[in-house]
Amino acid sequence: MSAVQVVFVLLSLVAVASALLVVTTRNMVHAALWLVVTLGSVAGVYLLLAAEFLAWVQVLIYVGAVVVLLLFALMLTKAPTGPQPDLNARQALPAAVVAALVGALLVSTVVAGFSGVDVDLAGTVVGSAKTTGATLFEKWVLPFEVLSVLLLAALIGAIVLSRGDDR
Amino acid sequence: MPLWWPLVLASLLFAIGVYAVLVRRNAVLVLMGVELMLNAVNINLVAFDAYFRDVLHGGQTLALFVIVIAAAEIGLALAIVLRVFRTHGHIDVDRLRELADRDEPPAEQPMSVEQPPEADQPQPVEGQRVR
Repeated sequence: MSAVQVVFVLLSLVAVASALLVVTTRNMVHAALWLVVTLGSVAGVYLLLAAEFLAWVQVLIYVGAVVVLLLFALMLTKAPTGPQPDLNARQALPAAVVAALVGALLVSTVVAGFSGVDVDLAGTVVGSAKTTGATLFEKWVLPFEVLSVLLLAALIGAIVLSRGDDR
Repeated sequence: MPLWWPLVLASLLFAIGVYAVLVRRNAVLVLMGVELMLNAVNINLVAFDAYFRDVLHGGQTLALFVIVIAAAEIGLALAIVLRVFRTHGHIDVDRLRELADRDEPPAEQPMSVEQPPEADQPQPVEGQRVR
C-alpha cells in the first residue's frame, strides 16, 4: 500500500468511528463535537482525492458554520448538557436493522460494480482554488447564480420563520 | 487507490446517517444525521470526479453546490426547530403528532363544510331588503 492509501484508510476509520459516536452518544453536545471529527476527516479524504478547494470549503462551512449553528440550536432549545437516557427512540433495533440493510446493499453494489477499478491520482488535475474558480465561472455560471438566489430565499425564509409571532 | 474504497466509506457514512435519522428523537440530532448523509454523497461525487478526470470538474462543482444547499437547509431547518421549540416547549419528533394520520374521524366539521351555509345566509337577507 502506498502512503496515500494508508492515510486514506486511517481517515476512513476515524470518520466511520466518529460518525458511529455521533449517532450513539448519550450527550447531545458530544454528538455535535464528534460531528466535527467526522467532517474534518471527510475534508482530509477530499484532499487525498485531489479536491483541495473543496476540502477548505468543507472546513470553513461545515466545521466553521454548520456545527456552530447546531451548537447554537442545542443551546437555544435548552438541551441538557449531561448524558440523557432517552435520546433514542424505543424502536432502536428495527432502525439499526434498516440502516444495516441500507449499508449492506450500498456496499455490495459498489464493490460488485467497481472492484478492480483504480483511481489514478498521479495524473489528475488538483482542484485548487484557481482551477475550481475558472471552471465555476466559465462553465457553471448559471447554476452558480441560481444557487445564490436560493441562498437568498433560504436566508429570508429563516429570518421570517424565526422573527416571532408579531405580524 | 481502488475506486471502491471511497465508495464504501460513503456507503457506511450514509447508512450511519440513515440510522441517526430513524432512531434519534431530538430534532437537532436528526439534522446531524442528514448532514452525515449529505457528506457521504459528496465523497461519491469527488471520487468519481477524480476517477473520470473531468475536465469541467463537474463532480467537485456539484459537491460545492451540495455544500451550499446543505448550509441553506440547515439554516432553514434550525429556524423551524426553534419555532417548534417556542410553540411546543420541546423538539421531540416522536411527540410532534399534530399532523399525524388518525383513524377516528375528527370531532368537529372542517371549515370548508361549515362555510357554505354561512355564505348562503346573507343572500335571503339581501333579497328581503330588496323586496
